[in-house]
Amino acid sequence: MTHYIQSHLKTLEDESIYIIREVVAQFQKPVLLFSGGKDSITLARLAQKAFYPSKIPFPFLHIDTGHNFPETIEFRDQLVKELGVELIVRYVQDSIDQKKVQEETGKHASRNALQTVTLLDAIEEFGFDACMGGARRDEEKSRAKERIFSVRDDFGQWDAKKQRPELFNILNGKIHFGENVRAFPISNWTEEDVWSYIAQEGIGLPSIYFAHQRKLVKRDGAYLAHSEYLNLVDSDEIVDTVVRFRTVGDMTCTAAFLSEASTIPDIMYENKASKSSERGARIDDKRSEAALEQRKKGGYF
Amino acid sequence: MDLLRINTAGSVDDGKSTLIGRFLNDSNALTKEQIELIERKTKEKGLEDLDFSVITDGLIAEREQGITIDVAHIYFSSTERKFIIADSPGHIEYTRNMVTGASNSEVSIILIDARKGLLEQTYRHYFISCLLRLENVIFCINKMDLADYSEDVFLSIASDINKMAAQFEYKPVIHILPISSLKGDNVVETSKYTGWYTGKTLSEVLHEIIPNGINTDDFRLDVQQVLHVQNTEFTDYRAYAGRIISGGIAVGDSVTVLPSGQKSEVTEIRKFTDTLSEANTGESIQLRLKDEIDISRGSMLVKSTDEKLLNKDIAATLVWMDEKQATASGKYLLQAGTRTVACKLQQIEGVIPPENPSAIAEASNLKLNDIAKVQLRTSNPVFLDSFSQNRLNGSFILIDTQSNNTVAVGFAD
Repeated sequence: MTHYIQSHLKTLEDESIYIIREVVAQFQKPVLLFSGGKDSITLARLAQKAFYPSKIPFPFLHIDTGHNFPETIEFRDQLVKELGVELIVRYVQDSIDQKKVQEETGKHASRNALQTVTLLDAIEEFGFDACMGGARRDEEKSRAKERIFSVRDDFGQWDAKKQRPELFNILNGKIHFGENVRAFPISNWTEEDVWSYIAQEGIGLPSIYFAHQRKLVKRDGAYLAHSEYLNLVDSDEIVDTVVRFRTVGDMTCTAAFLSEASTIPDIMYENKASKSSERGARIDDKRSEAALEQRKKGGYF
Repeated sequence: MDLLRINTAGSVDDGKSTLIGRFLNDSNALTKEQIELIERKTKEKGLEDLDFSVITDGLIAEREQGITIDVAHIYFSSTERKFIIADSPGHIEYTRNMVTGASNSEVSIILIDARKGLLEQTYRHYFISCLLRLENVIFCINKMDLADYSEDVFLSIASDINKMAAQFEYKPVIHILPISSLKGDNVVETSKYTGWYTGKTLSEVLHEIIPNGINTDDFRLDVQQVLHVQNTEFTDYRAYAGRIISGGIAVGDSVTVLPSGQKSEVTEIRKFTDTLSEANTGESIQLRLKDEIDISRGSMLVKSTDEKLLNKDIAATLVWMDEKQATASGKYLLQAGTRTVACKLQQIEGVIPPENPSAIAEASNLKLNDIAKVQLRTSNPVFLDSFSQNRLNGSFILIDTQSNNTVAVGFAD
């Protein structure tokens, strides 16, 4: 027995690659849920490393709410071209047109929660039995209780009390027909780890992560990107200033930070100094204390 | 910066969540949103001291009942070290979660209420820490503020802890600290009320502990996948992908493939675009061999022939984790690393009561949270080391073939 110490980033990378390979080995039809955010971009990089010189042996699935930042979509298309992976896109707009979901109305209208239906339909359409995502346990309290392999029933539901125990490095991916697993290879990474890794590996990101001039809507003290998707109210104030985004969701529910940080070290320094959590910028989580847990139970990622 | 994985355990109301909240708060690691939540909840509940427990109780049912149900993972780093805390529930019905949390930890923190002393749970938690061979166990004697910060109370509980530890063959390093997580005594700040205590604070102990030793001697690699590539750059590339469970490997080393026993030589070690001359424990790599031999998922590569690794009869300690009871001759799947085989619970030799480990009791079936000595027989050989020699290659799980649930964890003798 020897005590030896290795850098925590290397440990995390080795662990994630192990998990991604287990997903591919244990399931018939895995898919990577790609949002265009920094976590799924990191996951794409890890997948590339896990199989090189083979190509990534599964497609990417993007659930397009129609309210994405154009910069994210542009980046997504470029990345899948470089990696040579198949990109599947399914649209929330289609679910709305098919009257499966109803568009929210009012000031806080967002398509974030509607994604679930489109996602579950896509899982059924393609018969995906494992969906990998870039969720991390440090993001939010109910995420902190998620397993690495999280079994969902026929309806995509998450039952926190019925989670399988996960021991050592042994991942049990056995499921019944109709069930699927959500797999989280970067469960143990923190936001800071992701940024350090992006810097270390020289991974490209959509430009909205860095300081840029933008037209915004100032609402209840938060800055939202100005777009045709946002339902404006009288108290909203339109401003034009330099900001960056710390997390990337829909344009309607992701708040920007006033920031001049245009390099990764600057961003990391500023994130740390802010003492704020990254999901603090997600309006969708603020609906109630248990907003994310309730969405997860319903099949949300 | 290195990584330390910690497991916390305590009985209901021992203040485990409060301890973690206090530790994060005094280490300056809470976010603005978390502090706001704590202040709001403290006010809503009309409490005098800040209610840190809201940080870890993540599920709706947990907040409603004021208890922790499932293992929560908390991440935080100081300038020297990154910590992952697995916060496990303390009540008996969730013992499986404690084993789960501890399986990926290097250090166990066990909380004891200063007014109550050692409870049945304490024995259970210490037993599990020993079963999992954690090298460091920290006993926090909590709520010292409610015991008048009495040295006598502390010494009497410490003596009980030492008496308990003396019953075990396995001897971890034991740390015993008088703390109050509610008031913050000896968590990060040295208490001004425990002048008689000259030891370290919890934070100091956690920064000084050396992470668990890993087996760096015996090379073991579970093959996850076989990769084939044929393109202009890689003509007929065939490699074995896996994570090194233990030991190290270098180009030129001769390896044996289990179960076939065939031998070959390592010609390439690859990580992405880099080829390496050697690789060590924990690394996810691809290996190429000189000869084309039969290797598939579930095969294991070892450095030298080790016949005792091929085994169909396994003596082990099991922790039963399912509501559905086990009976002798029950059939399950056994998964060890990437290898899954059918197995039969040949014999239940006896159930070990954690409060008194030497008093093994006969049993005809295994119930949720039972810890038992058993004999298993597998359909095909597995390649387990003894858990005491090699934690990662000495453990396995049992899967129920009908429910697909993980129903037990095993530790090979």
